[in-house]
Amino acid sequence: MEIKAPVPQIPAPIWRSFKELQEWEALHQKRPEGDKHSAAFEAITDGIHSFPGGFVVTTAADAFFNWARKSSVWPVTFGLACCAIEMMATFASRFDVERLGMVPWASPRHSDLMIVSGTVTIKMAPMLLRVYDQMPDPKWALSMGSCANSGGPFRHGYHVVKGVDRVIPVDVYVPGCPPPPESLLDGLLLLQEQIAHFHRTGRRASPNAKVD
Amino acid sequence: MTYEQARALVAERIGGAQIGPGEPLAVSVAPGQWTELARLAKEELGCTFFSFLTAVDWKDEGLEVVAKVDNLGAGVSVVMKARLDAGVSSCPSLVPVYRGADWMERECFDMFGIRFEGHGDLRRILLSDDWEGHPLLKSYAVDTPHPPYR
Repeated sequence: MEIKAPVPQIPAPIWRSFKELQEWEALHQKRPEGDKHSAAFEAITDGIHSFPGGFVVTTAADAFFNWARKSSVWPVTFGLACCAIEMMATFASRFDVERLGMVPWASPRHSDLMIVSGTVTIKMAPMLLRVYDQMPDPKWALSMGSCANSGGPFRHGYHVVKGVDRVIPVDVYVPGCPPPPESLLDGLLLLQEQIAHFHRTGRRASPNAKVD
Repeated sequence: MTYEQARALVAERIGGAQIGPGEPLAVSVAPGQWTELARLAKEELGCTFFSFLTAVDWKDEGLEVVAKVDNLGAGVSVVMKARLDAGVSSCPSLVPVYRGADWMERECFDMFGIRFEGHGDLRRILLSDDWEGHPLLKSYAVDTPHPPYR
């Protein structure tokens, strides 16, 4: 019997191993020393705020910006597992998050919110972090479902990150396996509530209590 | 080809093979006869469909490689088993006989750490390249830390 030659190997990707990827990211994510724009903005707003009666201006501006932020939270479509089906149902016409000003957007560079819907494996975590890093500030993250909250049924497995909050900062935890669209809607409203009280300095509100 | 013919042929050709009763035909051989058995199954018994290849960890008694091949036309299936000795994690590869064994042996290497001699492209297929250990071994601790996410 004739034995055929083995299939030629697939061309090598840019990075071959996880360590190389980390080195690549460290090289490309070095931020410049001191962000001039935000420093100038801080100086101006601090100046106005310390002026007698100036706090009225800054708090009104804060309220306006926060209203604008919370009224157009665009989630990046990032489905990982079965929770993504419920997320899609939430985006669709029956539950219709567009009435909250949310448009599921297919680019992280135009998005404000990342809904981590599903199981995050150790192999997927660097890619999740990269998508999160591509989103412009201010940005929020919502952990949807037991797997993303704490590992869920795979908590004692070998390959799952035990909670996505070990990779990115999380603002809202939505429990459930998977959470129905009503739960996700509740979480999104909770997030809007948080954004409405977003502090001028960019400090985050503390996340809600995590239920595994 | 029927099960009776297949059973007789295997018993005749493979000396020392333990042939189990019933269907499908379960044949347990030493690792030295592993490739020989596969070649017999493919060329004489007509089992051209490579169904799956996996392994079992019997702890102190060592590992066991299990593969199932089918003759779809005659409805004859052969479950081939190679019992490795305790502490041994090396087995002949089936890739020269069955091309379909390529990725399954890579997965088996990934999960059990069994080195298939003669494979040619034996590297991890599911886990990342820098993973330490082989997670489906009974001796693998599931809480093995994997920085930076654990």
